[in-house]
Amino acid sequence: MQSTEINRPREPQQQPAMHQWFETLRLPLLTLTGALALTSLALLSTGVSPLQAYRILLFGAFSSPGRSSDMIMLAAPLLLCATGLILTFRTGLYNLGVEGQLALGAVAAMLPLRLLPDLPAPLLWTLCFACAATGGALWALLAAGLRLYAGVSEIFAGLGLNFLASGLALYLVLGPWRRSGSASMSGTELLPRDLWLPTINTLRLAPLAPIIAIAALAIVWWVVRRTRWGLELRAVGLNPGAADRLGVPAHRRIAQAMAACGFLAGMAGAIQILGVFHQLIPNISSGVGLLGLLVALLVRADPRWVLPVSVVFASFTVGSVQLPLALGVDSSIAGVLQGALVLFALLARGLLARPG
Amino acid sequence: MRPSHHWLLALLFAAALLAACGQQPAAPPTTAPAAEQPTAAPATAAPSPAAPVATPAATTSAPGEYVFGMVLVGPINDGGWNQAHFEGARYVETKVPGTRLIYIDKVNPADRPNVQVEQAIEELISQGAKFIITNSAEFADGTNIAAEAHPDVYFLHASGDAVLRGVAPPNVTNLMGRMEYGKMMAGCAAALQSEAGKIAYLGPLIDPETRRLVNSTYLGAKYCWETYRGKPADSLAFKVTWIGFWFNIPGVTLDPTRVATDFINEGYDVIISGIDTTEGIVEANKASQAGKTVWAAPYDYREACAQGEAVCLGVPFFNWGPRYAEIIADARAGKFTPQWEWIGPDWSDINNPETSMIGFVKGPALTAENAATLDEFIGKLADGSLNLFTGPLNYQDGTVFVPAGQVADDKTIWYTEQLLEGIEGQSAP
Repeated sequence: MQSTEINRPREPQQQPAMHQWFETLRLPLLTLTGALALTSLALLSTGVSPLQAYRILLFGAFSSPGRSSDMIMLAAPLLLCATGLILTFRTGLYNLGVEGQLALGAVAAMLPLRLLPDLPAPLLWTLCFACAATGGALWALLAAGLRLYAGVSEIFAGLGLNFLASGLALYLVLGPWRRSGSASMSGTELLPRDLWLPTINTLRLAPLAPIIAIAALAIVWWVVRRTRWGLELRAVGLNPGAADRLGVPAHRRIAQAMAACGFLAGMAGAIQILGVFHQLIPNISSGVGLLGLLVALLVRADPRWVLPVSVVFASFTVGSVQLPLALGVDSSIAGVLQGALVLFALLARGLLARPG
Repeated sequence: MRPSHHWLLALLFAAALLAACGQQPAAPPTTAPAAEQPTAAPATAAPSPAAPVATPAATTSAPGEYVFGMVLVGPINDGGWNQAHFEGARYVETKVPGTRLIYIDKVNPADRPNVQVEQAIEELISQGAKFIITNSAEFADGTNIAAEAHPDVYFLHASGDAVLRGVAPPNVTNLMGRMEYGKMMAGCAAALQSEAGKIAYLGPLIDPETRRLVNSTYLGAKYCWETYRGKPADSLAFKVTWIGFWFNIPGVTLDPTRVATDFINEGYDVIISGIDTTEGIVEANKASQAGKTVWAAPYDYREACAQGEAVCLGVPFFNWGPRYAEIIADARAGKFTPQWEWIGPDWSDINNPETSMIGFVKGPALTAENAATLDEFIGKLADGSLNLFTGPLNYQDGTVFVPAGQVADDKTIWYTEQLLEGIEGQSAP
């Protein structure tokens, strides 16, 4: 992605009103049209009415309190990851390691739970989040270090570290942390009920999770819009060499952006442990990091849109669970729609950016 | 856009789309007609993935209709554990008029990373299900949590023991078949036919259930090796390799195809499967076609020999239908009784589809002479003259499992802590 394009100032006042509307709307219109066309094609090929499928995908997550809370509990870690990625995208980094940072955060969150289970729950949760955030940040710094000192692109460093982190989770689940008397990939022993994040009965909703995620978004929003540090990240993203010469410590900012993203991804890992799965499972990230990357790509790291798009993506995923029962179509169509949206957003941007 | 990043973005999308498209069932397709996709299932027609089969969204239970739901850990057409459950549920539809099955399959962290069993259960209940069957040991906690949240819905956790342990809510019952007998028959058939005296067991994950099934297989094999082949027990090699889950999850479990080929290359000439899917018999069949002498005993599903008739010694299978039908009919009539049930074969006819919970279908590869011997062995199990869980039996580490002269009770067998002495493989105590 051309970093200069992300933050190109718009000058709409120079254009007539109609044209201005068109200018603002043609990108989302093109994106939506393309994505819906592709997804509809996929749906039609299986003989399913696209309208019914879209109704379930869009509104299914809001059709019952239980589904809405499932959506919120998916949106919370997703929002944390996407929020962290705002920072790395602005710095011109593709932090594909976010999955691994989440997984390592989850593993780190297990440490206090296993070592100090007798502490009062609130203290234990605080420790869990602190450990998870630290773990995620250190894992991200490893990728940053590889990029800065070994010349390994953060993309490949991140991918490699993802494998390592999920391998570690797998080893722990099957080895030292396995359930007594068994060895199964299905996960560690379920946490005792009183160590779960306070959960509204029968809803599976832990209100702390979305609160933490929204607070994180607010802080990051303020940081990128209102602080010098945020501005410097952008400068590094636009041109690290030039930023360096102008007195911005580019290396340090790159490391900091990565660490901050890992910090937030690690928090998401703690939410997966304490609020969602209540145990460590091999696939603890459950693709939330990747989904976060799609969100960040779609909104071009603009903090204004991260929350709504995260909610929409989480709704697709949760709503899609009903698809097989209601329409006989596999729920993976949600992933197709999510992917298609981002794909067409990028295509549309590319087309519209062409001169003439 | 920097040119190098075109590729990376393309890669990212490919990865995301692939992840979204989900993973294929671990098993090769079976001959049985079954839907590729999870669908709501009408009582009268076979499911077809091409056609929507239920009115969308609305809670779709017709007046007087009794909807029951099933949550399956694997695909309904896996040729093993899940297909056996699915066909058991279909049997209920035919035997208990007015019942209708809805289901969600592939509920596991690889196929549906964001769906927990409680969520799947909620979906089924919101579609009108009054009775829920969950079919995997991993669903124990989730089933109990959902049952507490829905006291007006009945739950059957197959293979579970929450009722026995006293931790189940009052609307949960447990059901399991005494597959120990089926496994003894498979072990015996293997020992009768093996030329090398080397039997391999393709194990899923390690827990008390899988340990007691491996032990039963070994006990059957050892008995027939000593009694009918006239050879000493220590000349029989019996090895188990655990893949880590009930079926293959790429990158997470050992690949059962690979494990099976390793068995064959190490000279094991019978592969007995303990996993949900059919890799054991499929690989044995391939090796046999390539000229090797190797046999297989698949597991769980009555028709599993179809994956490799030429090498199949026989399949011990579950027949869930009859007991499912009784329990669901009772629940519908308001006579639900929570209990921990562990049901054996109908010894008068172990393969009777109307009465026997556990059966054993002999495979075409079993010689006529060995088939006759196996029948004699089954006869001894049936009339009670032979109980293989009779002491002295030791665990792998030498501790006593069953003292000399005693017979293990149900609880001792159910909670088997280790593999038996004489078995090569990990116990994970």
